[in-house]
Amino acid sequence: MGYLEGFAVTFNKLFEERVTGEYKAKGEGEKRDKPERFHGRHVLNRYEDGMEKCIGCELCAGVCPARCIYVRGADNPPDNPVSPGERFGWIYEINYLRCIHCDLCVEACPTQAITESKLFEFSFTNRDDAIYTKDELVVGDDGMPQKLPWEDWRPGDDEHTSGWMRATSPGGSVAYQNTVSWSGELGYGVRSPEMGQHEPDPEPVPAGGHGDTHDDHSDHHDDSGHGGH
Amino acid sequence: MIAQQAYLESFDWTSWDLLFLVAKVVLIFGVLLVSVMLMVWFERKVVSDMQNRIGPNVAGPWGILQTLADGIKLFFKEDLTPDGADRFVFKLAPYLSLIPAFLMFAIVPVAGDFSDGKDGSVSWFGQDLFLQFVDPPMGILLFLAMSGLGIYGVMLAGWASGSKYPLLGSVRASAQMVSYEAALGLSLAAVFLSSGSLSTNQIVQSQTDGPFFIGGWNVFGLGFIPFVIFLIAATAELNRPPFDLVEAEQELVGGFHTEYSSLRFSLFFLAEFMNVVTMSAIMVTLFFGGPHGPVLTDTGGWAWGLLWFFLKVLVFLFTFVWFRATLPRLRYDQLMDLGWKILIPLALGWFLLLGALRVAEIEGWNRLVVVAVGLAGIFLGGLLLTGAIRNARLTRAESEILEYG
Repeated sequence: MGYLEGFAVTFNKLFEERVTGEYKAKGEGEKRDKPERFHGRHVLNRYEDGMEKCIGCELCAGVCPARCIYVRGADNPPDNPVSPGERFGWIYEINYLRCIHCDLCVEACPTQAITESKLFEFSFTNRDDAIYTKDELVVGDDGMPQKLPWEDWRPGDDEHTSGWMRATSPGGSVAYQNTVSWSGELGYGVRSPEMGQHEPDPEPVPAGGHGDTHDDHSDHHDDSGHGGH
Repeated sequence: MIAQQAYLESFDWTSWDLLFLVAKVVLIFGVLLVSVMLMVWFERKVVSDMQNRIGPNVAGPWGILQTLADGIKLFFKEDLTPDGADRFVFKLAPYLSLIPAFLMFAIVPVAGDFSDGKDGSVSWFGQDLFLQFVDPPMGILLFLAMSGLGIYGVMLAGWASGSKYPLLGSVRASAQMVSYEAALGLSLAAVFLSSGSLSTNQIVQSQTDGPFFIGGWNVFGLGFIPFVIFLIAATAELNRPPFDLVEAEQELVGGFHTEYSSLRFSLFFLAEFMNVVTMSAIMVTLFFGGPHGPVLTDTGGWAWGLLWFFLKVLVFLFTFVWFRATLPRLRYDQLMDLGWKILIPLALGWFLLLGALRVAEIEGWNRLVVVAVGLAGIFLGGLLLTGAIRNARLTRAESEILEYG
C-alpha cells in the first residue's frame, strides 16, 4: 500500500514546523542573516588611499557568461591618475537584467576591483536603472557601497563585500589558510581572512600524551599530509 | 418531484416568481465566484502547509485576498491572440469551459431539512421551495451533459490556439474524458439503481433512512466501490493531479491554455476551480446524503442542512488538494490502463452485482448466495481480463520480435 503511506506523509506535514519565514519588505523588520559569501549586487572597490582598483583590463567582461558587463579602459591622466598604474576603468557598466550573479567576474579580476555585496533586492522600475554605471558601482569615500533609492539595504549587506576573496583557501588547500593574498580597501584596510573553513591541523601530539585522549579516533592525522586534502 | 412540476406549471412570469428566480441565479453566481476565490486560497494554503511553507500571506488576513489580487492583475494584462489562432473559436473556448461549470451547480441541493423523512423543502415568502436552483426530473444527467460539454472548452481552446503544445493538451483532454466518463457514468448508474430516480432531490431523500444518520448514505449502501471509482474518475474529469496530463507543465508548457493570457486565461482558471467545487458538491449529493445530517434545533432545519453540506464539501475539497500534494502525475499509458483495464471493468462488474442483488430482493433469493456468486463472477472476469491483457502483450512483443528481429 505504498500510495496510502504517501498520504500519511503529506498529512503529517500539516502539523510540522514551517521551514520558511515571513518575507520582510522594506521597512517591515529584520531579515535572517545572509551567508558570508553571498552573491549580490557588485561594488567597485578602491584602495585605502582612495585610488580605484579597476585597471580597465576587461577580463570581467570577457569571462562574463551573461555578457552583462561593458568595460572600456583608458590611459590614466598623468597629473591626476584615477588608479595606480597605467590604465583605469573609464566606462564600467553592468546590466542587471542580464547578470546571473555567478561571481566569475570577481574570480577573474586581477586587482580585486570588483566584488559583490549581499544586496539582492533592488527592484528597479525601468531599463535605465537596470544598467548600473561606474558612478553607481564604485564605493563612496567611506568605503561603503552607494545606496540607491530603489535598493533595499539591510544591516550587514554592505560589509564584507569581498566575501569570496576572503575565503582563506579558495583552491581548497589548507596550506593557505589564514594567508592574506589581497590588497587593502578604502575604509577597511586589509581585511582579515574568513575563518573556520577547515579543521585546523592537529597539533603534534606530545610524547606520552596519548593516554589523555579517550576519544574513539583510532587514526590520528598524519602531520605530513598538508596538501593532501 | 411532483412539487417541482407543480411549481413549474404554476410559474407566473410576471410576478414575484421571476424575481425569485433571478435572485437565486445571482445568489448562486455570487456564492460560486466567492467559493472559487476561497478554494484557490485554500488549495495554496494547504499545499504550502503540506510542504512546510507559509504560503500566501500578504494580501488580506492570512493572504485570503491573494486570489482577488491575482484576478485584478490578470484583468489588467494584455490580451493576446496568436497569429495562427482561429480567432472566433479561440475567443469562444473560455466561455464554453466556464458556463457548464456554473450550470452544473444548478442541480445541487445545498440546504434543507432531510431528517425524519422530510423532503428538504422550506416555506419562504408563502412558497414551497427547494433549496437548489432547479430539480429537473433528469437531474444528474444534466451534470453528465455539462461535464461533457466543459471538455469542449478545453478541447477547442487547444485546437484553436494554432500551436502544437496546446493541441497535444487538448487531444489528451478529449481522450481522457472519453476514458473516464464511462467509469463515471457506470458508478452513477449504481446510484440510480439504489435511489430509483435521477432527480438530485430524490437521490438525497433516498439516502436519509438508515442507522446513525449516516447509515443510509450511498457510500455505504453501495459498498464503497462506486464511490471510489467516482472519486478517481472525477479527479480525472477535473484534470486535477495526479491526472493533470492536459496541462502537464513539464511536457506541454501550460497545456491547452498555453496561448491564453489576461482575462481569458483567468476564465479557464475560474472554470477549473469551479469544477472542483461543483464536483465535490455532486459527490456529496450522490454518495454522502447531500445536506442530510442531524438537526439539533426545532426550527431552521434547513440551516443545519447547509452546515452539513458545507462541511462535507469541505472534506472533498481538502481531499482533492491532498491528492495534489501527495501523488505524482501518472504517465499517459498508466492513465489509460487505469481507466480502461481497471475502473471500467470494475464499475461494470459492481453495477451488475448491485443489479443482481436488486433482483434477488424482488425474487426472494438468498442474498449471501447472490453476493458469493457475484463476487466469484467478478473475480473470474478479472482473471479473464488479466489473461487477455497478458496475451495481447505477448502477441505484440512476438510480432515486434518478428518484425525487428
